Amino acid sequence: MLFQRVIALTKKDFKRLIRDPATGFLIVLFPVILTLAFGTSFGAIGGGNQSTTYQIGLVNMDSGPYSQWAENLVGNLTTSQILKVTMYSSNETAQTDLIQGNIQAVIVIPHDFGESCISFWNAPTNPRLWVNTTIPLYLDSGSIFATQAIPPIIQQVVATTIYGEFSKPLATPIQIGSPSMVQASRLTMFDYMAPGIFAYAAIFLTMTVAQSFTTDRENGLLRRINTTPTTPAEFMLSQTISNMILALIQVALVFTMAHLVGYRPSCDASSLAMAFVIVSIFSLCNVGFGLVTATVAKSSGAATGLSFVFIMPQMFLGTFVGFALSPTAQTAGKFVPSYYVTDALTSLFLRGAPILSSTVLLDLTVVSASSIATLLIGIILFGRYGKN
Amino acid sequence: MQNHNHIRKKVRETAIVTDNLTKRFEDIVAVDELSIQVDKGELFGLLGPNGAGKTTTINILCGLLEPTKGSASVGGYDVQKEPQKVKELIGVCTQETAVYPFLTGRENVELFGSLHAMSKQRLKKNADDLLEKLGLTEDAKRRVGKYSGGMRRRINLIMALVNDPEIAFLDEPTVAMDPQSRHAVWDFIVGLKKQGKTIVLTTHYMEEAEELCDRVGIIDHGKLIALGSPEQLRKKFDAGNLEEVFIELTGRRIREGI
Repeated sequence: MLFQRVIALTKKDFKRLIRDPATGFLIVLFPVILTLAFGTSFGAIGGGNQSTTYQIGLVNMDSGPYSQWAENLVGNLTTSQILKVTMYSSNETAQTDLIQGNIQAVIVIPHDFGESCISFWNAPTNPRLWVNTTIPLYLDSGSIFATQAIPPIIQQVVATTIYGEFSKPLATPIQIGSPSMVQASRLTMFDYMAPGIFAYAAIFLTMTVAQSFTTDRENGLLRRINTTPTTPAEFMLSQTISNMILALIQVALVFTMAHLVGYRPSCDASSLAMAFVIVSIFSLCNVGFGLVTATVAKSSGAATGLSFVFIMPQMFLGTFVGFALSPTAQTAGKFVPSYYVTDALTSLFLRGAPILSSTVLLDLTVVSASSIATLLIGIILFGRYGKN
Repeated sequence: MQNHNHIRKKVRETAIVTDNLTKRFEDIVAVDELSIQVDKGELFGLLGPNGAGKTTTINILCGLLEPTKGSASVGGYDVQKEPQKVKELIGVCTQETAVYPFLTGRENVELFGSLHAMSKQRLKKNADDLLEKLGLTEDAKRRVGKYSGGMRRRINLIMALVNDPEIAFLDEPTVAMDPQSRHAVWDFIVGLKKQGKTIVLTTHYMEEAEELCDRVGIIDHGKLIALGSPEQLRKKFDAGNLEEVFIELTGRRIREGI
């Protein structure tokens, strides 16, 4: 392994980025424009400063001896500045209003909610003694941003009701979704979308990698490099390094742009560093997809189109539009790596999860394993069938 | 011991050897039992009509393709067993102008010098020298995407030779060049030969082969159909020039349906 060759090839790739307008647009301008567009439309500069509220219907079924817990939850939901709560006597009436678009979500407090809370506080460390319950939540699937924003807000309010304002997320007998520490009253729609945008920008590396490989192949440059003593390992390492650095540049650009439009995630420097690590590892996955695309595509034009085979599922199932999809599509999202990038970044930026929390580490593991596997598959396929 | 030394000396003097070299692409035989030997310091011309197997032969010798049958060695190294060693010795000027359009002429040359692990000083000296010889010093700072076709071909040639290779494969280096540029490249190739480089040149221009080559091998349908110096071939086929020899050989094969 001679690093002189690796550095020379990496430098060449950066010059392509700076000097080739198409590559420059996809890598630099696209994430900048995307972030600015969404940030100004849905963030603090745009609609975020306005008092964005969500109309939700609330049905309280708990009239048991511990109904005070349910009343506390109702109180917390009602006092939330971001929710406008309408009380319903029955789920059916609430569902009718939801179908008609009068409200964006329906929350049903189950009859055993208070009993479940009490069981938790009686034995907080012994889940076997808990009375498990679920808060049914119905969302208007036609409202993309409401479906994305409401679940973590409800999760936060429920957590506040059970634990109080500053408690750490613990296991609980009451299930809605993933644990969060969302400060709902300060969040804009863009806050919920930003983690997905980080993944969204990196996904397009698939296209640039596929285009650069097919163009170089068409122009005979891969064959030419193959007549020099450069080994496949040196060549692929240069590609890996340059694309990881590009991904880091993209994250920095997205974060800078997001900051400019008022994005202030609830995270520290370590969380930010972890986000950079996760996205840079995710770039390997897109290099792999790019290599697979370049293997199949006969020309750079075909590579552009074919790359969407990998881009679209990752974009729709794994980034900020995932919440608006059907349950089947949401399940399918768990099979695309970008889902875990968005999930990890959501945990870090939105929920304030520590970098060593189980959710973040699990996401990191899945992203790393799938990225390395995809990269290896891409290298093997391109090495065998794609070079000529 | 004396016999061993004789053999080793012989190996050193022979730059390229192919023995029954064969390459098939499914039903097509691109190279058919080709056996040639190119001596060190020789300028060897590989001639043949389009699709004769010239580029396939060069691709095998450069380690880009594996032969179906037979063997080949370059600089004493087997191209299949020690391709890395072969690549350290050679410079390849590809038929297509394989250049990065977004890099300047100098950056293209320096990139390929770096891929050959050249030191900065040596790379700069060689690049300056070659750019000057081929008249590209002034344009070396411009991006290759803005170059004319002839300039691209010249930078393509410089990229192949920047590492000062012992053995150079020049695959149609003057195709589509204007007469002035072509003669400048001829002078340059003659200069390389004077430096003791071994050169394998493929060309469609019989005048070029006649002017430059010590020996030529004419191949058609992958088979070697004539081998010798231009003068020997002219005499053998009672022809006024190499072009007549070429048409006589390749045309006859077409006429006879061989």
